[in-house]
Amino acid sequence: MPKITIPLGPQHPALKEPGNFLLCLEGEEVQSATLRLGYNHRGVEKAMEDRTFIQDLYLVERVCGICSHAHTTCFSMAVEEIGGIEVPRRGQAIRVLVGEIERIHSHLLWLGVAGHEIGFDTLFMYSWRDRELSLDCLENITGNRVHYGINTIGGVRRDITAEQAQNVLKQMDVIEERTKYYIKLATEEPTVLARTKGVGMLPKEVALSRCAVGPLARASGIQKDVRKDDPYLLYSELDFKVITHDSCDVFGRLVVRVFELLESIKLVRQIIKSLPEGPVLAKAPRKIPAGEAVCRYEAPRGEDMHYVKANGTEKPERAKVRAPTMANFASVPYMLQGGWLADVPIVIAAIDPCFSCTDRATLARRDGSAQTLDWPALRSKGIEFYKARGVDFRKL
Amino acid sequence: MENKVIERVVTWARMKSPWIIHFNCGACNGCDIEVLDALTPRFDVERFGVMLKGTPRHADVLIACGPVTRQIEARLKRIYSQMAEPKFVVAVGACACSGGVFDGCYNVLGGVNSAIPVSAYIPGCPVRPEALIDGVVKLLSTLEKKEEPAPAVSKTV
Ligand code: SF4
Repeated sequence: MPKITIPLGPQHPALKEPGNFLLCLEGEEVQSATLRLGYNHRGVEKAMEDRTFIQDLYLVERVCGICSHAHTTCFSMAVEEIGGIEVPRRGQAIRVLVGEIERIHSHLLWLGVAGHEIGFDTLFMYSWRDRELSLDCLENITGNRVHYGINTIGGVRRDITAEQAQNVLKQMDVIEERTKYYIKLATEEPTVLARTKGVGMLPKEVALSRCAVGPLARASGIQKDVRKDDPYLLYSELDFKVITHDSCDVFGRLVVRVFELLESIKLVRQIIKSLPEGPVLAKAPRKIPAGEAVCRYEAPRGEDMHYVKANGTEKPERAKVRAPTMANFASVPYMLQGGWLADVPIVIAAIDPCFSCTDRATLARRDGSAQTLDWPALRSKGIEFYKARGVDFRKL
Repeated sequence: MENKVIERVVTWARMKSPWIIHFNCGACNGCDIEVLDALTPRFDVERFGVMLKGTPRHADVLIACGPVTRQIEARLKRIYSQMAEPKFVVAVGACACSGGVFDGCYNVLGGVNSAIPVSAYIPGCPVRPEALIDGVVKLLSTLEKKEEPAPAVSKTV
C-alpha cells in the first residue's frame, strides 16, 4: 500500500490551538509523525526584558490563559528568591488556594475536551458546566475568571474574607459530588473505555527517556510531582497524594486527572481550614539585586520552570520559560506511531497540549559577546565539525 | 420583486443561524476558552442558532482570537479566503483588537485587522462570554437593519 502524508493543522477541528502535525500514513495506520511548532510564538521572553518586573507579571500571566497562575507564581517565586523577599504565610496560602482551584478548572476543561475528541459531547457539556463553578470561585476571590492577576512580587494583591472562603467551600462540595460522578463515568462507561484503553501507549522507560512530566508521566507509573519532590509555598505542610496509574495509555491519563481533582478539592479545604493570619504582602523593592534563579512549579500540565536573571535594575536581564507541554511533546510522535488515524486527536489531547505555553525561541544577542552565524557559515561549520571527527559527506 | 423576497429569506436565515469558525491566531488561550465557554450550557449561544463548525468553508463568521503572529498570518488569510461570501470577522479580545499586551513583540504584527478586514471588535482580556454574546448579537442586528453585509472595517462595539 502506498504511503501518504497528511498535514493536521494549524487550523483543525481537533486542535484548539495552532500547531502542525505531519502524519505519514499507511492505510489507516500512522507510520510516523512530525511536529511543527511556532505558530503561536509571540516573543514573550524578549518583551519581558523591556518591561519592569511588575509589568512582566502581567505578561507571563498571558503566556497561557489556562495555567496563568502557575506562570505568575513561578516567576514571582524566582524574583523573590533573587531579591531575598519573604512572602508572608497568608500570602503563600492564598497562592496555593488559587493554584489548586486553577488545577480543578484546568482538569475539568481537559475532561471536556477529551470527551469532545472521542465524540462524547455530553461529557464536554457536563464538565464545562461544572467548571463554571470553579470559575465562579476564582472570580469571587480574585475578581476575574481567567487572568486572575492576584500575584505580585512579594505576595498577593488581595486578601480573602471569611465569607469568600465559605463560598469556596460550598462550591467545592458540589464539585466533589460531580467529580465522583466523573470517576464512575471514566472507569465504567463502555464507550469511554473502548476509546481510551490501549490507545497512545507510553511505557514507563520511554516516558522517562523522553522526559515526560505531569499527568502524562504519572499515568506511566512515574511518581513525579514538584509539589512533593521539591515542595514550594506551603505544600510541605499539606496532606495530599500523588496519583499514579500504570496502564500507560490514555485511560490512565484520564484516571489520573479525575482523581487529582479530588486531591485538589482536599487541598482547597485544608488551606481554608488552616488559613494563617497576618499580612498577605511583603513590600518588595522596585529594583531587584543582581542574581539569577530557577524556579519550579507543578502546573496542571506538569512541571513549569522559570529562569530569571536580574542585573540590579528594575527590569530582568533575561527570563526563560519552560512550559510543561514543551517537555511532553517529545513523547507525542512515539505515542502516535502505530496507532490509528482516528485516535490521533485523543492521543494529542491526552497530553493536554498548550501551544501558547510552548512556543518559545532562543535568541542570540548581537553585542559582540555572542557570535552570530549566517546560514552558509553555519553549514560549512557543520561540515568542518564532522570532518574533524572523521565523517566525510562526499562519500555519502 | 421575487428577488427581494429571496434576499430577505436569505438574510433571515443568515441571522437566525450564523455558523462560526474559531481560529486562534496567536492567542494566550484565555480568549479561546471563553469562546468555547460561550457554547457550553451556562451561556449557550446555540440559543441564537450559533453553531461552531470545523471548516471555514461552512462558516459565516470567523471568530479570531489573539494577536496575529508572523507565522500564522498567511494561514489566517488563507482561512479567510476559504470562507464563502458574505463573511464576517469578529476580533475577540484585547489582543485581537489591537495587539494587547503583546503589541510591540517582535513576532507580532498587531491586531487581526493588520491581516484581514474586521467587522466587529469585542474588547476584554479575556472577553467575558456575556460580552461575546453581546458582540455577536450586535453584529447580527446590523445585518438585519441594512440587509447587507456590515462594512468591512468598522467598530460596532
Ligand atoms: S486578550 Fe487577553 S486573554 Fe485574550 S488572547 Fe489576548 S492576552 Fe489572552
